[in-house]
Amino acid sequence: MDKISALSVQEIAEIEAEAAHYEQKQAASIEALKIIQKHRGWVSDESLKAAAALLEMSPAELDGVATFYTLIFRRPVGKHVIMLCDSVSCWVMGCEGIREQLQQSLDIGYGETTADGEFTLLPVTCQGACDCAPVMLVDGELERHLDEGKVKEIIAHYRENNGREDNGREGDGNKGSLED
Amino acid sequence: METPLTQNIGPGKTPPNMAEYEANGGYRATRLALLEKRPDELLALLKESNLRGRGGAGFPTAMKWSFVPMGEGSGPKYLVVNADEMEPGTFKDRLLMEGDPHQLIEGIILSAYTIQAETAYIFIRGEYTVSAGLLAEAIRECHQAGLLGENIMHSRFNLDIHVHTSAGRYICGEETALLNSLEGRRATPRAKPPFPQVSGLWGRPTVVNNVETICNVPHIIKNGAEWYQGLSTSEDAGTKIYGVSGRVNNPGAWELPMGTSVRDIIENYAGGMCDGYKLKGFLPGGGSTNFLTEQHLDLHMDFNTIGQAGSRMGTGTMIILDDKTCPVGMVRNLEHFFAQESCGWCTPCRDGLPWVEQILVDMEAGKGRLEDLEVLNNAVYALGPGHTFCAHAPGAMGPLESALRYFEDDFKAHIHGKCCPWA
Repeated sequence: MDKISALSVQEIAEIEAEAAHYEQKQAASIEALKIIQKHRGWVSDESLKAAAALLEMSPAELDGVATFYTLIFRRPVGKHVIMLCDSVSCWVMGCEGIREQLQQSLDIGYGETTADGEFTLLPVTCQGACDCAPVMLVDGELERHLDEGKVKEIIAHYRENNGREDNGREGDGNKGSLED
Repeated sequence: METPLTQNIGPGKTPPNMAEYEANGGYRATRLALLEKRPDELLALLKESNLRGRGGAGFPTAMKWSFVPMGEGSGPKYLVVNADEMEPGTFKDRLLMEGDPHQLIEGIILSAYTIQAETAYIFIRGEYTVSAGLLAEAIRECHQAGLLGENIMHSRFNLDIHVHTSAGRYICGEETALLNSLEGRRATPRAKPPFPQVSGLWGRPTVVNNVETICNVPHIIKNGAEWYQGLSTSEDAGTKIYGVSGRVNNPGAWELPMGTSVRDIIENYAGGMCDGYKLKGFLPGGGSTNFLTEQHLDLHMDFNTIGQAGSRMGTGTMIILDDKTCPVGMVRNLEHFFAQESCGWCTPCRDGLPWVEQILVDMEAGKGRLEDLEVLNNAVYALGPGHTFCAHAPGAMGPLESALRYFEDDFKAHIHGKCCPWA
């Protein structure tokens, strides 16, 4: 059990419940990474190794899975993750302007986190809400019909709630296990 | 006009729970079929209905299912619902799942019974958290009501459904890549044959179908093949969820008779072009379909008609190119998507798509050369059907090939003017 001690009892229970749905444990690999990310915000090397042991995979194989999928973060992210749709309908409807506004007001580029650790900005592919373009996800919530005023409002809302909303996560990442 | 798929869906309506769904005729087909019909009778009915896959390829559903080995000793089998709606410009499966989750669950029960699969997975994209939650709740209600689990309604048929949430990547929509992903691997496509119906998930017989396809099944079983064909105005049967996005007055999605004309959809349902914008072209069914133009507005939106016009109906959700949007820029946006979403397995796709994207980036920046058009045309051939491991790169070449044909003057204007005329 030592190999999996970097995971919490809760995480292990959630991963094992998912793994029970399949002929082979490995099929729960994406769910396992998402469970870890739900609890810690991202997937550290230690968490990844522990999940690999739990799923009877090699860490390299699980890392191959983790790095293939867009929504798995192998680096720490900000408290709020903004994902702006850059696919075709949103592009036609002006997502480039929204990108410039976000990058200017947050003072970061794609893949970066604000100095205060509040926001990470990422592009994302078509969200299947093209009749409401342009759209973005903030912490997984879909924000539709974006324009300059709406984006301003959304950023202000998350900034105002700074410190009060914890985004449903337990603690701030993986510091404990990194020192193991 | 009958709209069976969206009868419970509309502005201001909340998704029906089990009791509400049943009150509106739901699960009647299930109770009828599981107790009174044999799987082969249902397959024959499906065949007669002429239902074709709604994920984009339009493959006849009953034919796909007919390759599944049946009878004693065929071992565990799986039904997988492709709910990984990631085709750019497509937003129809979200509507069906968020609006009427029990309809999909009923479709799964009936489809799984037909191929005698005892486990079904709904492979749903990670961002569709609302749909995933509603489906999980619908599954829970069905277990409680005895419509899922062991020996459903004493029919000796067992079925469990699991919601499997993904984590992003367009290639997961390719059915063999989806199976690798479902097994917890990188989503690279598999060689065919063997086809999934014979050797799919963990090497077991597996059927993969799109959400909208499966949603049609209960209605066909309840109302019959003749009724289903009567819904359509074309040779392809049933209704279709069509959608329009871009600079139109009323972007959205509507269930209409299969074969409704493009003009009717854009002008009447989508409310026509916004003031000050003219239609320059459109992608009829998602980002991987070839552009069509004004001359095609009176075509019927069905698989064969749009195919004969040199494109594909695809998912049936159109993206409009207006006259104030640069066609080269739009193709650059699409090729960026396809380059990024290539799984990297085969060379033409992995290396060819970024090359195509870079040429278009340069052209937009005023650094295009006349020779570049030749390179792009060569790419259309080299990345086209038969030259790559799966359909990803050929799909990416659809909008490029057609843009080079219809908007050649605009490409040349970028090259000669050394800038983007729309910038």
